[in-house]
Amino acid sequence: MDVTWYLVLSAFIFAVGAAGVISRRNPLVVLLCLELMLNAGNLALVAFSRMHGSEAGQVFALIVMVIAACEVVVGLGIIVAMYRNRLPIDIDEMSELRG
Amino acid sequence: MWFEQVLFFLAAFGALAGALGVILLQNPFYSVLSLVGHLLGLAVLFLLLAAEFLAAAQVVVYAGAVMVLYLFVVAYIGGTDEPLRPERGGVALFGPVFAIALAAELCIAFVASGLQALDTRGADVGAGFGSPGQIGELLLTDFLIPFEAASFLLLMAAVGAVVLARRRRGLEDEGTGPMRSRDDVPPTETLEVRL
Repeated sequence: MDVTWYLVLSAFIFAVGAAGVISRRNPLVVLLCLELMLNAGNLALVAFSRMHGSEAGQVFALIVMVIAACEVVVGLGIIVAMYRNRLPIDIDEMSELRG
Repeated sequence: MWFEQVLFFLAAFGALAGALGVILLQNPFYSVLSLVGHLLGLAVLFLLLAAEFLAAAQVVVYAGAVMVLYLFVVAYIGGTDEPLRPERGGVALFGPVFAIALAAELCIAFVASGLQALDTRGADVGAGFGSPGQIGELLLTDFLIPFEAASFLLLMAAVGAVVLARRRRGLEDEGTGPMRSRDDVPPTETLEVRL
């Protein structure tokens, strides 16, 4: 398979994730959509790494997975803290920071 | 050769369907399960791209550990169904249009980039390409600093999550768990945000 196929697929997955981040209200689902976007980036990194015949892209994909795990842990911690404080689990309601 | 193509299209369909499932299913629980399917499809694609170690790490760490964390939180806060087309208007309705425009733009950027190697299967790689040994050697030689920075970041995230999500002292001293209803809380206490 040509590398182009993988890149086009990663573009589609990234767009789907972006649509979810914009249109969903549950912060859990928004975090899932961020995962989708990070995974699309991973797929592009690995495809380019295959294209160049160098493993550096795979190492970076691995680092991106670590970053995604950190982001998930902190995001879920914030959601649990919201739940403990009985704030609504809805990103439209959490708009105090807008000033 | 044809086997590779069949496998690619199966995995690509699975990954894309999983991604669509994440944003189209109403229950967060099913969204998480759909993301697990997406990650498995992506792992097959990694295998096709000769990234064996990354595929294994994807299945074990991502589809295994991280998704279980998600499921715990969904079960804890109780996944409530969310209407897909609420009365929001504005930005939310803009989402699909933005996604289509973004996908078209990215495809144009990739295809029209003029990279000759995009229309090939990639460089010739040996049998050990993407094996754990190769990745480990790169991590400990060329990419030692990102590797160490990632380990520090993991430590900070773990400590931060504990600080964020631990039980508050004020709640425990009164001998009540976090699940009590709002009516039990004295009025002065509800005003104070315990973050």
